[in-house]
Amino acid sequence: MKPQRTGWRRWKSRLMAVLAVLCVVAALIPLFAILGAALARGLPAVLSPGFFTTNLPVPCSPGTLPADCPKGGIFNSLQGTIVLIGVGSLIAIPVGILTGIYLSEYGGSRASGSLRFFVEVMVGIPSIVVGIFVYTAITLAAMNGWISSFWATSTFAGALALAVIMIPIIARTCDEALAIVPRATREAALALGIPRHRTTLHIVLATGRGAVLTGVLLGVARGIGETAPLIVTAGTLSIFGFQGLAHPTANLPYTIYQFGLSNYSNWIPIAWGGAIVLIGVMLLISIGARLLFYRAARRMGGGLV
Amino acid sequence: MGFSGPVALEPAVRSRAHHGIWGDRIFRYLVFAVAIAVVLLIVLFLYVLFRGSVPSFQAFGWEFFISSEWNSVALKFGALPFIYGTVVTAIIAMLLGVPVSLGIAIFLTELSPGWLRSPLTFIVELLAAVPSVIYGLWAFAVLAPVMAHYIEPAIQTVVFWQVNGFAPLFFLQPLFAGVPLGTDKLTAGVILAIMIIPTVTAISRESFAQVPQNQREAALSLGATQWETTRVAVLSYARTGIFAAAILGLGRAIGETMAVTMTIGNSNTITTSLLEPGQTIPSLIANSWAEAEGVQLQVSSLLELALILLLVSLLINVVARLMIRRLVPGGGRE
Repeated sequence: MKPQRTGWRRWKSRLMAVLAVLCVVAALIPLFAILGAALARGLPAVLSPGFFTTNLPVPCSPGTLPADCPKGGIFNSLQGTIVLIGVGSLIAIPVGILTGIYLSEYGGSRASGSLRFFVEVMVGIPSIVVGIFVYTAITLAAMNGWISSFWATSTFAGALALAVIMIPIIARTCDEALAIVPRATREAALALGIPRHRTTLHIVLATGRGAVLTGVLLGVARGIGETAPLIVTAGTLSIFGFQGLAHPTANLPYTIYQFGLSNYSNWIPIAWGGAIVLIGVMLLISIGARLLFYRAARRMGGGLV
Repeated sequence: MGFSGPVALEPAVRSRAHHGIWGDRIFRYLVFAVAIAVVLLIVLFLYVLFRGSVPSFQAFGWEFFISSEWNSVALKFGALPFIYGTVVTAIIAMLLGVPVSLGIAIFLTELSPGWLRSPLTFIVELLAAVPSVIYGLWAFAVLAPVMAHYIEPAIQTVVFWQVNGFAPLFFLQPLFAGVPLGTDKLTAGVILAIMIIPTVTAISRESFAQVPQNQREAALSLGATQWETTRVAVLSYARTGIFAAAILGLGRAIGETMAVTMTIGNSNTITTSLLEPGQTIPSLIANSWAEAEGVQLQVSSLLELALILLLVSLLINVVARLMIRRLVPGGGRE
């Protein structure tokens, strides 16, 4: 360090502390601005009767009086999202957990180490690329005559894309969750002659279930909010709800995108109302997952938290 | 953590557990097959996108990367404006987002009182839980007008400020020329900066936490101030982690679709000014996907762009994960 006057050095240190605090404030402003804007612009729509029970309205032509505009809610959009995330979870949760079990229990340190690495890299693949991948994979399969090409833009394709996004997240967190189950628990079970797969499923997985559930929740939460992969798969047909897995469907993220960018006076509030619903679900899951994880980690006495 | 080798059982137990051993074998193969399948998915990604971009590559070859024409009537497609837009917005995001994230990480590990640390960490993590379409909606409806009416004119006032007919910041003027629109590359860069904060903060915070406490104590005992301790003992010690955090943030920035699509103005042009609209690779895909369907060559060109995006983000993530792995004992596993 160059010799400098102490007064200046102290002052500089204080200045840097102030800057660090300002950085924290700079990150909190957008978070609270987003929450505030969503509440201010979306709450009237959410509280209006029929918001959750009526279908998306057709656009209100410009120049129409607000009272004459078609009214509606997010029912079919919400329905589409529930189907997408439901089917996506049906695929992603078992696959993710089994992968997590392999990484934590069966892989051995070298195999698990390299597989874990790939799983982590997969988390970083942009979600739009996942959507494009699913679309193209189905299209290629259709060219071989294995499947009809309209499946490429369908609810099923959307759910598959969400599953591909969720799998590495669930696998990673499940792996981490099982790692906090004490080794002695496994040894005790094996010593009693319980077969290894039963030990894994009934003892290890059951002991770590809180933390595993956290991972599942985080994966599902990530899937619920994804929009980009649905633009290229399930979302292409705007306002019509779920009509079967082979057809596109309206869904909440795509509705927020489409309605939010529109000029229609009856669409914009619905976009913000949808935003409140989406943010609310995400907040609930984030907080719930955190509580679950802490409780699970504490119960096992793992030195993790 | 895994167990290796068979578990030795007494003969009496073995007969009873015979069913269990078959179950063991099946279950072992099952989890192995699933885990391998998940990883082979990356190979499948590459194969599928490569197959899909063959028509585009045959039609345009390497010229695809230097052509700036995107014409679905003449069927000429070039990637340059989108590569440019992706690079420019990512640079803005890094310039703004990384220092702020480091500031937050420094506050959380070095300065914050204990009771504030955990709730604040949680709140910063919430930024990662907000879906990108919500960022996009907010950025389009709230941030873009604020940028157009206040922030961008203010930047212009500073950059075009003259003393005796000489503008000291003249070299920045081309970057901020034109009428502020709000839906432009700068706004897209700003929203990306906000979105990478949780990623960059989390990884750099983790690497700061790896710094041995006696590093700090040594610096303090030499009479260093708090900031000097942070700079000498923490920041320089954790520089690999900081670099990994920054490039993971970069990975998130180049792949982000919704927030950029809703703010960048969607113009397939290359302009110097950050206050003019542009287009990134993901935003182009999101915008032109619906119209491209049925035009085989255009779809193929979009697939080639997706392939580029995949390769770049794989590269970024591999490098970042390797660095983190070297850094954290136990292979980046928390």
